[in-house]
Amino acid sequence: MKSGAGRGQPFRTHLLFPALLLAALATGGCSTAPVVVEGDEPEPPVFSASRVLRPDVEQFGDMDDPFAPFNKTMYRFNYRVDKYVLLPLVIGYYKVTPRFLRAGVHNFFVNFRNITTFFNSVLQFSGRKSAQTAGRFAVNSTIGLAGLFDPATAMGIPQHDEDFGQTLGKWGIGAGPYLVLPLLGPSSVRDGVGLGVDWYVSNWAREALLDPNDWWKRVWTFLYVIDTRAHVRFLYYGTGSPFEYRLVRELYTTKRRLDIEK
Amino acid sequence: MSIRTLRSVGILAAVLSAVLLPGSAPAYDYPFDDPFVATVVGTPSEFRPELAVTVPLKRRSIKIFPDRETPELLFYDDKLRYSYALQKDPAPLVFIIAGTGGSHDGRGVRQLGRAFYQAGFHYVGLTSPTHSNFIVAASESSVPGHAYEDAEDLYRVMERIWEKIGRKVTVTDFFLTGYSLGAFNTAFVAKLDEERQSFRFRRALMINSPVRLYSSISLLDRMLENIPGGEDNFGQFYQNLVDAFAEVYTRSDELQLNEDFLYQAYKVFKPEKELLGALIGTSFRMSAANMAFSSDLMTNFGYIKPSNVRLPKNADLAKFNHVAMRLGFTDYFHAYFYPYHRAKTPTMSRADLIEEMSLKSIEDYLRTSDRMYAMHNEDDLILEPGEVEFIRDVFGDRAMIYRNGGHMGNIQHRELVEHMVQVFQP
Repeated sequence: MKSGAGRGQPFRTHLLFPALLLAALATGGCSTAPVVVEGDEPEPPVFSASRVLRPDVEQFGDMDDPFAPFNKTMYRFNYRVDKYVLLPLVIGYYKVTPRFLRAGVHNFFVNFRNITTFFNSVLQFSGRKSAQTAGRFAVNSTIGLAGLFDPATAMGIPQHDEDFGQTLGKWGIGAGPYLVLPLLGPSSVRDGVGLGVDWYVSNWAREALLDPNDWWKRVWTFLYVIDTRAHVRFLYYGTGSPFEYRLVRELYTTKRRLDIEK
Repeated sequence: MSIRTLRSVGILAAVLSAVLLPGSAPAYDYPFDDPFVATVVGTPSEFRPELAVTVPLKRRSIKIFPDRETPELLFYDDKLRYSYALQKDPAPLVFIIAGTGGSHDGRGVRQLGRAFYQAGFHYVGLTSPTHSNFIVAASESSVPGHAYEDAEDLYRVMERIWEKIGRKVTVTDFFLTGYSLGAFNTAFVAKLDEERQSFRFRRALMINSPVRLYSSISLLDRMLENIPGGEDNFGQFYQNLVDAFAEVYTRSDELQLNEDFLYQAYKVFKPEKELLGALIGTSFRMSAANMAFSSDLMTNFGYIKPSNVRLPKNADLAKFNHVAMRLGFTDYFHAYFYPYHRAKTPTMSRADLIEEMSLKSIEDYLRTSDRMYAMHNEDDLILEPGEVEFIRDVFGDRAMIYRNGGHMGNIQHRELVEHMVQVFQP
């Protein structure tokens, strides 16, 4: 995370994921069944499912979630990382930087992401999205001073956001089981693979176009993480609902389906 | 007929006063006369005031009961979250209490907070006693909905927060406000303050308060009767709603998962009017489900969860979620709230408890105290017939009643924003 995308990082990432997976399975993989409190007889609730729900009527929010124990553990892990690391960084960032600088940084990353959007638009055989994305990238990278400004929006060129998960979806590949990724949050097996591919493409493009040294890579990663978090309007356990995990799972899955249909 | 006539006269009067008294209060021209549309859509931006100021909002949390054990499912609610924004110079401070299920930094509190901050107030945002976080971290009994107990809990929280921020700031006067259920809480907290004297509120403003809680919760529960095919189809209806919300979310990058739900959904889907009732009912139903299940986890009462059973961190909550969403506030009252209180006070009848949870139980105080103010809407969905008249009668000159706006729909209208700030600038 910290070291940027140097040669050492893929290796470290390889180690990180199994480690987290193991940790997750060790800490939370087992217990999902209610535990009877010792000493007292459990009693059925006033409103049991059999009393309230008609068995022949469909309920809501149910979907296959074979990795649920892992996912829930990751959800909690992400909450803590978010609360104790990412959000303090974002708040500090807003304190020490002027607005125009933050806007420049954000524009830069949005513009750079057009590379993966272009790559995916081509793979999705969308001429319109490919052309518009290429246009945006050309305008903002030149007139927009390497993407720090966004004249393309003023010129009315729409911004698309296509990732490899969507591309796989367009090719007819199903989402697979729901997956909460460490640090990255709600995803699916397909979208997780997509993230890896996009990361690789983006990294390759960066080397080819800019060839930054290690110091710049560190600055890049640091700002990228902060800027990305600052623009995601989501707080773990922010809904006030004890059923939030289910709600977020449902919303994420539906949103991705619609993203692909778009 | 007569209501319509009254409304036309009202509009005429508003127009005349705007023409005859140039420079006086801005005209009240809130556009939606259907209370369901108003409640869902809120105030379109062209009717809002300019609130350009950047609010330096701070979010904090505080442990209220040091020895309390939090259920592992709700570990994140261990501390009570709150927020505040302080002026640089000495200024009056206003506490703002959120409505049913609302949080300290939700849309409702932030809207009011921004208006008061721009007018030169410090403000502290407080989560509703019906919100999971409050139930887990700050409610003595963890069984919310009791006017007097909720007021005690809120007062304790306010004192503790004041201990923390009091040294950072100079406060000239204390004020108190709240909307919806938070307005109801405001009345009982203000009355409690007369005894405790920690803040000596200069004035307290109740915005769209219920009068008798049981009436309001019955009205809200009944809104789900509007679900196509009846309440047994709730699962399907709710599923469609969540899908619709995901679609809204897909179309908009600047959308919060919770607060703008209804407004955004309305703009995209323009639902038929019968559906609006079901939408409003569902929004409140989510609050009821969250509240009841969190409370049940805390007390081991056995309302939805079997008693004497502990749910581990990764427990599958599907069944509990389905059941909780089928139970309304009135179910909570009859099968949990009342039995819980009768166990403590065996002589108390159901009817006694219903009448006690009402502004009428402190009518004398509200009638005579010159610091109590109210704002309300003629067509508020949470009031039964006659309850607006009760507000008008009890508060007299201290009440401002608008001709439309539904439940909280007009809260961002520039005339209301100006009025609420004026109440606090005596």
